[in-house]
Amino acid sequence: MSIVDTIRSGNEPEQGLQPRSELTARELLREVGSVLRMSESEAARLGEVPVDAGDDQTMIINMGPQHPSTHGVLRLMLELQGEEVLRCKPIIGYLHTGMEKTGESLTYMQGGTNVTRMDYASPLNNELVFSLATEKLLGIDGDIPERAVWMRMLLSELNRMSSHLLFMATNGMDLGAVSMMIYGWREREEVLRFFQKVTGLRMNHNFIRPGGVAADLPDGWRDDVLRLLDVITPRLDEYDVLMTGQPIWRERLQGVGIITEQEALALGATGPILRSTGVAWDLRRDQPYLRYSEVEFDVIVGSYGDAFDRYAIRLNEIRESMKIVRQVLDRMPSGDYRIQNKKVTPPPRARIDESMEALIHHFKIFTEGFKVPEGETYVAIESPRGEIGCYIASDGSATPYRMHVRAPSFVNIQCMPHMLRGGLVADAVAVISSVDPVLGEVDR
Amino acid sequence: MSDSTPTEQEQTAPTPEPVTVHGLPLTDSRGQAVLHPSREQYIALVKKLLDDGYAMCVDLTAVDYLLRPGRPLPDGIVHERFEVVVNLLSLRDRTRLRLRVQVPESDPTIATLFDLHPGTEAMEREVYDMFGIVFTDHPDLTRILMPEDWDGHPLRKDYDQGRIPVQFSADSSATAVGGAR
Amino acid sequence: MSSDKGLVQGIVDDGLGGIQHNAITAKIEDLVNWSRSRSSWPASFGLACCAMEMMATGAAHYDISRFGMEVFRASPRQADIMIVAGRVSQKMAPVLRQVYDQMMEPKWVISMGVCASSGGMFNNYAIVQGVDQVVPVDVYAPGCPPTPETLIHAIETLHGLIENGQLLKRRTESGAGANVHVTEIPAGAGPVQVLLGSR
Repeated sequence: MSIVDTIRSGNEPEQGLQPRSELTARELLREVGSVLRMSESEAARLGEVPVDAGDDQTMIINMGPQHPSTHGVLRLMLELQGEEVLRCKPIIGYLHTGMEKTGESLTYMQGGTNVTRMDYASPLNNELVFSLATEKLLGIDGDIPERAVWMRMLLSELNRMSSHLLFMATNGMDLGAVSMMIYGWREREEVLRFFQKVTGLRMNHNFIRPGGVAADLPDGWRDDVLRLLDVITPRLDEYDVLMTGQPIWRERLQGVGIITEQEALALGATGPILRSTGVAWDLRRDQPYLRYSEVEFDVIVGSYGDAFDRYAIRLNEIRESMKIVRQVLDRMPSGDYRIQNKKVTPPPRARIDESMEALIHHFKIFTEGFKVPEGETYVAIESPRGEIGCYIASDGSATPYRMHVRAPSFVNIQCMPHMLRGGLVADAVAVISSVDPVLGEVDR
Repeated sequence: MSDSTPTEQEQTAPTPEPVTVHGLPLTDSRGQAVLHPSREQYIALVKKLLDDGYAMCVDLTAVDYLLRPGRPLPDGIVHERFEVVVNLLSLRDRTRLRLRVQVPESDPTIATLFDLHPGTEAMEREVYDMFGIVFTDHPDLTRILMPEDWDGHPLRKDYDQGRIPVQFSADSSATAVGGAR
Repeated sequence: MSSDKGLVQGIVDDGLGGIQHNAITAKIEDLVNWSRSRSSWPASFGLACCAMEMMATGAAHYDISRFGMEVFRASPRQADIMIVAGRVSQKMAPVLRQVYDQMMEPKWVISMGVCASSGGMFNNYAIVQGVDQVVPVDVYAPGCPPTPETLIHAIETLHGLIENGQLLKRRTESGAGANVHVTEIPAGAGPVQVLLGSR
């Protein structure tokens, strides 16, 4: 059946939401009770929402997939009673790209181009986790040169800043502070301009590769970074004035989308969502990778688990990232920007004219790809959205046998039904925005 | 001790006990701890690990080993076509543990982790969608990434990638822009 | 094409396309085309990474508000141009067609990025290999993602074609899109000169 026939044959397939009245009691209990690990009787009491006697009809509405505030193609089905949300079901898959299948046919050198497009708001973090997993399988994870490691840290933290600035912009716009969209993007442009100078592209860089990074930092990068930090620092204080202390902002975000520590852990949520409940879990500090154990930074933790905490955590994480970037600036070592292992790293272009061996290595790396020994490994890092992990099972050939990325937003979206239950429809937008999903990594 | 013969020394030195976790031998994969429970031991093991402090199930995925029936596995484990891989995290002890459960092609079912770790709901749906492995007693086992009426399970090794031959436009009025590869 | 219908009936049936083209109505057509090209509102159809660059184009640094386009309309009924920004999956294709059908004539489509134009680097089961299989496309903007300069170049090319009336006339004959491919403008460290269509 061609694509046109599929379109003309009918509606979208139903992966929808059943009204409460059609669910069995056991199904309802499992929805609520499993997460909170409650006994059946406790869950039964929790699951009861006062039903208005005069209005016992609930309404199921559909938000998305094309909707200005659903951060990409997320479809939410909400069961409402009046303005109150009883149940919510996110339906995803509208951006499924078959990246894991594609990853099985790309070599490890090309894998970065595929993986970087998953979480397109922080592409360097995707590349980093893929490269770390590949290096672990190759056995070279202890031999990456210092300069390459510190460069990776610099780029990763700048990417965290640009991703959180994107959050500031979209969160502001979703809640009505439309000018925040312009301010957030204005700051983001500064970071993207630096990325363009270093990596050649504004987005989807494919810069962090197995073995190191693709090229050295250009001359004058220190001045660029210092200028960037000097420009952004006072503007973050402007955001505090514009939003954090403002009563309307607080009313809209405080007490909205509350999630408890138990729920977050049970649902596998990580990143700002978990930290907003009070759990101080940040992989950069608790399971350090790169050289995060050698730089000083604070892990920002909230206490109420609501949307305001998540906003404040992300705002302050930008400040912490700037702190880390300053330390990296001072301590950036000199040296190679990629490992000098001929099997993994292509030779410099000038040497290809001189040495036959260099030519052959270049040819083999770019056509066949380097072979990775058999094995399987899972490596996780802290992306702006939570824990991103890469599971690679290799069979000794030049392409991964199975490449799976554990996307933080895929798991964090499961928190949304619990955050929305009992809230108002107008808060749905605030909650989606505070979860900050990126649908590219949700659907892969 | 120095005047005893080498064979006597070998006989007196004790062989190291293999490390076990809840009765299963602990294997090592590039420095990471891996256990290989069977389908029957799976749920009980996860429950015990939950009590041990492995509070978060970070990832649940699967691998189709159709093309690698002879892959290296510890002694006593029967090779099957599918493997369900579960990654657990203990925040208290800052450790990770991986479980690899063999699932046969003839009966691709395994128990659901939803009641222990509700966060696996979406992950199990994705595994069902992509591999066709059925999780018994899962609350809502429907496709999550592909359209609901899709045929086939895309990440299986016998499912084609679906590349179409790329058309290179000979004249400028053609609609499709040709791409490399 | 409506010469046998009379002026009024022609306009009622076909809008501007129904006007008998003569020296008197030419000025009206020019005015309408001129204003259409300068205030075309995009329907927000940002799907993936290209949506980031589309939003950057709408933000302060690149500012498509100077071309009259900063108002991204959520409702397709109020939109003129649909910028398909990102990869279209099999599940999303019916939704894309539905949104396109809801837009009022005259409407145009810009296919932004290689994934929308041809499937991009994802030549597999999950991605529609080019949105021109689903909707008629007028301008293809290459890039992965296209820099905001490329997107502005594509938009201005489209505006140029709208302004000199070529596009609407061609559409009513064949029903297909204009199929214009623009060249990609690579990211530069300094200001980049953008070619503004046929103006």
